[in-house]
Amino acid sequence: MTSLETKREVAEANRRRYEELRAAGQEATPKALPSATALGAAPILENAVISREEIPADWYAIVRLRRGEALRIADPSGRSSVSVIGWRDEDTSERINCADTVKVQWSAAVSKGRVILSDMGRVLFSVIEDTSGAHDILVGGSTPAAYGAASRNTQENFIAGAAKVGLGVRDIPPCVTFFAPVSLDENGCFVWNQGRKQPGDFVDLRAEMNAILVLSNCAHPLDPARPSAAQPVVLVRHRIPQAAADDPCRTGSPEAMRAFQFTDRLYA
Amino acid sequence: MTTLAASSPRNISSAIYTHDILAERPWSYVLKHGQTLRIVDSEGQQAVDALLYCLADPTERYSAQDTLRTQGSAYVDLGTRLVSNKGRVMAHITADSCGRHDTSAGCCSCESNAVRFGEATKYQHACRENFILELSKYGMTKRDIVANLNFFMNVPIDPDGKFTVVDGISTPGNYVDITMDLDVIFVISNCPQVNNPCNGFNPTPIRVLIWDQDRF
Repeated sequence: MTSLETKREVAEANRRRYEELRAAGQEATPKALPSATALGAAPILENAVISREEIPADWYAIVRLRRGEALRIADPSGRSSVSVIGWRDEDTSERINCADTVKVQWSAAVSKGRVILSDMGRVLFSVIEDTSGAHDILVGGSTPAAYGAASRNTQENFIAGAAKVGLGVRDIPPCVTFFAPVSLDENGCFVWNQGRKQPGDFVDLRAEMNAILVLSNCAHPLDPARPSAAQPVVLVRHRIPQAAADDPCRTGSPEAMRAFQFTDRLYA
Repeated sequence: MTTLAASSPRNISSAIYTHDILAERPWSYVLKHGQTLRIVDSEGQQAVDALLYCLADPTERYSAQDTLRTQGSAYVDLGTRLVSNKGRVMAHITADSCGRHDTSAGCCSCESNAVRFGEATKYQHACRENFILELSKYGMTKRDIVANLNFFMNVPIDPDGKFTVVDGISTPGNYVDITMDLDVIFVISNCPQVNNPCNGFNPTPIRVLIWDQDRF
């Protein structure tokens, strides 16, 4: 057998594996995702609450989450969007990676049962409850251009938040924005789906590694409301069991299982 | 006045620099405001990962999300302005004979390969290794690697969010011209990925050419 034939066979084998993974990732996995959390469901037990905080409109908060903890982000008014970045506490060169998150999961749709990955092939946090299923991971947060230079915005909130944990502009990665119903039309243009926002929406993010998050409560740049529609949002940090062997975020796909396995090794 | 065209007016004999980047290897160059970089997909179906940093202050760098937000759509093609994390236009696409490029899928890494394709692929060369090595020449580290451009990479995103790296549509000799609006450090990784179709499962060399401003 010539080396050219060997090379071609390896390429064909890699293509077959890719097609198998694609079929699993785009056909089997989405069907097995848990359905959205009902509004008002999934109450947090009072003795599990570690702290509560309200972020005023246009402001930011810094939250440190340990493994075994989760953060509820709630939007009582149904008018806010919350942009989130984060790092691993023990080594902040490891950070949220939106590109790997969508690529690895074969989907730009963040929803209950999905994970948000770090750049090191590990899970930063899992989306364990989600009433909305309408979030943005492609477009990013607001900038000084959105509402005029005098308004607070996510770009500047992230710089300020990062600075207060010893980080700088170099450490600010692309963000995920919760309660930002962005989709694409057939031409690849971004569309804002206002009807997918509802008062009382919340997500629960379970930390799979010790993490530092910065959350910015600024209207999403595609939100057409002028002036900004942002209202206060509520954060509830609470204790929660770590992901079990049969946890739906862990078992949702072969990719998620590997990412959890690599994450668990950090703390083994 | 810069014209935009699928077919570039630039003449190869006027280029001030020509270089072939070997398969799987990185490259970088300081490009001045007004200069144009052409990337040629010499053999077709070859993804080219790229990052841009402001020469005067490298903490200002290419931002995929700012670029897509400014543009209002998800793909990079003729006329796309490459926007920095401070909202400034760093460069724009002035010619494009391919028509489809990506900036949402990021670069491959040993770590993400292990998650996507199994741990056996961890010890395969990857774009992030290239970026780390090339950026080290400018005093930058992994912290400075942001979401990049993927020229000649075809990543359709469906209305329901379905996200797939599919076979590239670039044919041998397809090119993209990028004209600088600032002085930038332009960094390329000629993608080594063999586990998905972005390089037709066979990484190949690419060519870069540079023209001075208005010298076609």
